[in-house]
Amino acid sequence: MGRRRSLGDISYGVVIWTLATIALFIIVAPVVIVLTTSFTEGRSLKFPPTGFSLQWYEALFDPSKSRQIHRAVSNSLEVAAWSTGFGVLLGSMAALGIARNRHRLARVADGFFLSPLVLPGLTFGLASLMYFTLIGFRPSLNLIIAGHMIVTVPFILRTTSASLSQLDPALNDSSQSLGASWFYTLRRVTLPLIAPGIFAGAFLAFMASIDNVPVSLFLSTARTDMLPIRMWGMMESTLDPRIAAVSGVLITAAFLLMLVMEWTVGLTRRMRD
Amino acid sequence: MRTMTPPSPDGATSPADGGGKRSVTAEWQLALPLALAFASIFLAPLLMLVGVSFFNDDKISQPGFGQWAKFLGDPFSYKVIADTMLLGVKTVGATILIGYPLALVYLDASPRVQKVLIFVIVMPLLLSVVVRTFAWIVVLGREGVVNTVLMQLGIISEPLRLLQTELGLVISLTQIEMPLMLLPLISVMSRLDPNLRDASAALGASRWRTLFTVIVPLSMPGLVAGCLLVFASSTTAFISQSVIGGVRLIYLPLLIWQQSLVVFNWPFAAVVSIALLISVLTVVSALSWLGRRSGGYVHG
Repeated sequence: MGRRRSLGDISYGVVIWTLATIALFIIVAPVVIVLTTSFTEGRSLKFPPTGFSLQWYEALFDPSKSRQIHRAVSNSLEVAAWSTGFGVLLGSMAALGIARNRHRLARVADGFFLSPLVLPGLTFGLASLMYFTLIGFRPSLNLIIAGHMIVTVPFILRTTSASLSQLDPALNDSSQSLGASWFYTLRRVTLPLIAPGIFAGAFLAFMASIDNVPVSLFLSTARTDMLPIRMWGMMESTLDPRIAAVSGVLITAAFLLMLVMEWTVGLTRRMRD
Repeated sequence: MRTMTPPSPDGATSPADGGGKRSVTAEWQLALPLALAFASIFLAPLLMLVGVSFFNDDKISQPGFGQWAKFLGDPFSYKVIADTMLLGVKTVGATILIGYPLALVYLDASPRVQKVLIFVIVMPLLLSVVVRTFAWIVVLGREGVVNTVLMQLGIISEPLRLLQTELGLVISLTQIEMPLMLLPLISVMSRLDPNLRDASAALGASRWRTLFTVIVPLSMPGLVAGCLLVFASSTTAFISQSVIGGVRLIYLPLLIWQQSLVVFNWPFAAVVSIALLISVLTVVSALSWLGRRSGGYVHG
């Protein structure tokens, strides 16, 4: 019996480790491969790359050659900043208003505000295109900001509500029984304690806006181009090698952002908990 | 002043004069601005989408059930729905097959290795989906990594066609959606009591048996959450589907895009996007119902 068990344990180890290695490889390899290919000397994106050069990065950073990409980047940043800003304002207000409210209506409203998370983004994207067009709006960044706010505010609402639910209600009561006004309590007691939650939500919302495809796909035009849509265009017909350079920049940015988040708020620890 | 005016909206009253109760009634009003925004730019567009689907012509002038009849009467529609749902199921299957073992390895790893692993797992989430999709073009293309390696090893003489196939799309989506499976899994698994596994081993169960009778049932909530996220995300992954799958593999998102932005038949596009909404939400609610049941079974 002991022998059978050890055989089973060996097969367990082999199978689990093989599959886990495949998983790790499949997660990491494509990212490494893209990063290497972006330094190719050749005109096409094959692997292994031929030679080493920064030509695609030079082309990417050249303001006249890559004007469209630069505009898409600045549009994406602008939309993400505004939609996150509005999201933080409206989302944290709503969380303060209903997160601790047990009333049935408050629960319904909470579910309603979180529903963009489960609703297929394309359905909302198409709906907003029809809505804005049929009521007579012309395409603009403002409409994209509005659309992004809707699909990213659930992140802020969720993290803020989670911080609020961990808050000891006695803090609120004692502040008010000591004569502090509701607003003073909010400013000096509640907000400082839930600030990490709001910040985490704002970060997720900002990233989700930068990466958003379904809303931008329908609401952006040539003038209001967004980065993911521009990149999609760069690989749809003929593969534009500058996209490897764009990817290289974004990979580096994601890596640095990870490090910063790890040092400041302990991102991985939060993700696990 | 406080005692002279009726409860002010900012609830600036002290508990002594019953303000505790009143500040709660005032507090919910803080949700009004968001409610207003959601009503005007979320609910109203969705209602309009439903309305537009009940028009027969692409000028949106003749009301009728024509587009619904066209969609529901065409066997092609059912094929596209089935293909889309199957794509989701295959991606979920593949992420479980290799993601679950990785979560198990994570569970047994030392804290330092765990830190590195979680870094590697989370980082793709910060990376644009478009970049992750593009990576697979480089890997699976005619001159891509897979073909180069296989040809140099002499296993194949002609480049394999991997892009624009369902296999290539499922492999790519497996990587693209993997963090969505791993994060809920790992978060549930790290909370498991390690004594349970030791007890199972001490009672003579093999590691396989411990896995299937102890770890898998207890990690069910995380597994179900992961399946939900991966399914919902892979069935609606328009960019990955269109770039890696190409135009010959037609899924619901591509059909919506074609009908709305290429053919400009908005009523039909509205019908297809409602079909997408209903089919994704049906599977997702079925899964979460299963999840609640399994949760009850584990704790009961």
